[in-house]
Amino acid sequence: MAYALQQLINGVTLGMIYGLIAVGYTMVYGIIGMINFAHGDVFMIGSFLSLIALLGLSALGITSVPLALALTLLFAAAIAALYGWTVERIAYRPLRGSFRLAPLISAIGMSIVLQNFAQVSQGARSKPMTGLIPGGFGLTIEGFTVQLSYVQISIVATTLSMLALFTWLVTRTSLGRSMRACEQDLKMAGLLGIDTDRTISLTFVIGAALAAVAGLMFLLYYGVIDFYIGFIAGVKAFTAAVLGGIGSLPGAVLGGLAIGLIETFWSAYFSTQYKDVAAFSILIIVLIFMPTGILGRADVEKV
Amino acid sequence: MADILSVESLTMRFGGLLAVDSLSFAVRAGEITAVIGPNGAGKTTVFNCITGFYRPTSGRLALTHAGGDGFELQTIPGHNIARRARVARTFQNIRLFAGMTALENLMVAQHNRLMPNVASGLLAVFGLGGYRPIQHAAIEKAKLWLDAIGLMARADDPAGALPYGAQRRLEIARAMCIDPVLLCLDEPAAGLNPRESEELSDLLLRIRGGQVGGGCSILLIEHDMGVVMRISDHVVVLDHGEKISDGTPAEVRNDPHVIAAYLGEGDEDEGHEASAA
Repeated sequence: MAYALQQLINGVTLGMIYGLIAVGYTMVYGIIGMINFAHGDVFMIGSFLSLIALLGLSALGITSVPLALALTLLFAAAIAALYGWTVERIAYRPLRGSFRLAPLISAIGMSIVLQNFAQVSQGARSKPMTGLIPGGFGLTIEGFTVQLSYVQISIVATTLSMLALFTWLVTRTSLGRSMRACEQDLKMAGLLGIDTDRTISLTFVIGAALAAVAGLMFLLYYGVIDFYIGFIAGVKAFTAAVLGGIGSLPGAVLGGLAIGLIETFWSAYFSTQYKDVAAFSILIIVLIFMPTGILGRADVEKV
Repeated sequence: MADILSVESLTMRFGGLLAVDSLSFAVRAGEITAVIGPNGAGKTTVFNCITGFYRPTSGRLALTHAGGDGFELQTIPGHNIARRARVARTFQNIRLFAGMTALENLMVAQHNRLMPNVASGLLAVFGLGGYRPIQHAAIEKAKLWLDAIGLMARADDPAGALPYGAQRRLEIARAMCIDPVLLCLDEPAAGLNPRESEELSDLLLRIRGGQVGGGCSILLIEHDMGVVMRISDHVVVLDHGEKISDGTPAEVRNDPHVIAAYLGEGDEDEGHEASAA
């Protein structure tokens, strides 16, 4: 019981990180119907940017952890947003209107470029970081101590507030309305005077900023990153987006939680080696019975 | 009255198919101009050239605002047709944002006023930059149009759930929310019952006269001759991409060329009707 509770906590934390990345996949898919395979690598870049910022801030003598984290969050999100914008501008926009597979191929290319860029500029070895937020709550039930660390609490809290902010942006602001309009009918949106290129750019920017937040969370949670984390996390988050119903925002978070929980529980009760097999098998089973994913109905509110 | 749009020698060729052949006509300001003709005559192609979907093979589309600003529509890219030249259009098939509410559909069309640039968008997120009064004005305008098309009670329903006739009217209201000087309507009465056609005609007459909105010239493609004859000030008849008649509804109705085109009299190449529509 206590053991299961512990897995639930771990799974939700992991699922939140996946969900945050999945939002970026689902948004871009919603608006231009392509899978941005470089998105996982933008997440990885965000993670490196966070590490650089944290080291830089400690070198500057900023010792207050909340302040350092807030500054890091802003820094990583801003620079990653710039990456997202650039990727769209140089790799996807010139191919818009080309055949459907062209941007997909350049997305894979962009993913490799970003990975190699990180490998060359930051080195291939794993980068460790000491825990910034130590401690947490412990609760002993039946001789097993359930740990809820402050890191986990802050990951869940940050993700939920990011999602709340983002949902508000999409449903309540003019920018969000124009994003939804572009998603439903790009040409019609253009005829109503909406600058569709700019709206698409902003979608990439927002998705990349959310991925950078996820990158910081990942760094805080695992304490070690390398240039390859973007690939694995990207595939998982993409799976989460498909599982939840690609194009649906709440679906992305739900899918992320599902993947996180499946992985954690499988690792805890069966074997760690086969956790990915479990996650993907469940994806296949779900897609056989619900081809559009959990929330992927035609007219759900989505971006 | 001054011409708001002057179409000069417009030609549109798709490979070997000449969809529009050196067509010239004028849309006068403050009037309703109807473009009619048999299927495949090139009417929608003309609309697609005006609204930037197609780049004409040759010819000019000169739009003149009341203030004297001139625009060469054939050279203006994408969204600036709506944003700068202020030309709005609707399609034969309904293209509302079905998942958004009726009110949101009208708000989307006012996006440029609500968020003229990225910086103001950022400020708006934090409720700064004079966003609130602008937003308030946008909502008021949307309400004005919802009232004009009789959909106030259904403002918060998804557009896709509205009855067909209401969706048609909502599309027109949405197009009007960009504050156009020229409204291009592609078969707005298609699929409407007689009562709905009547309501639509009234709405268009009120838009032309400025009783609702700021007054706007209308260019209309329509097959429903009842609507065309009732509301048009000026009718242009196309057949096989060429203009065969141009005048008041009464003149056009009695023109032998028009009667021939509609009844197929002496028309020997029916087989290669242009599929440009």
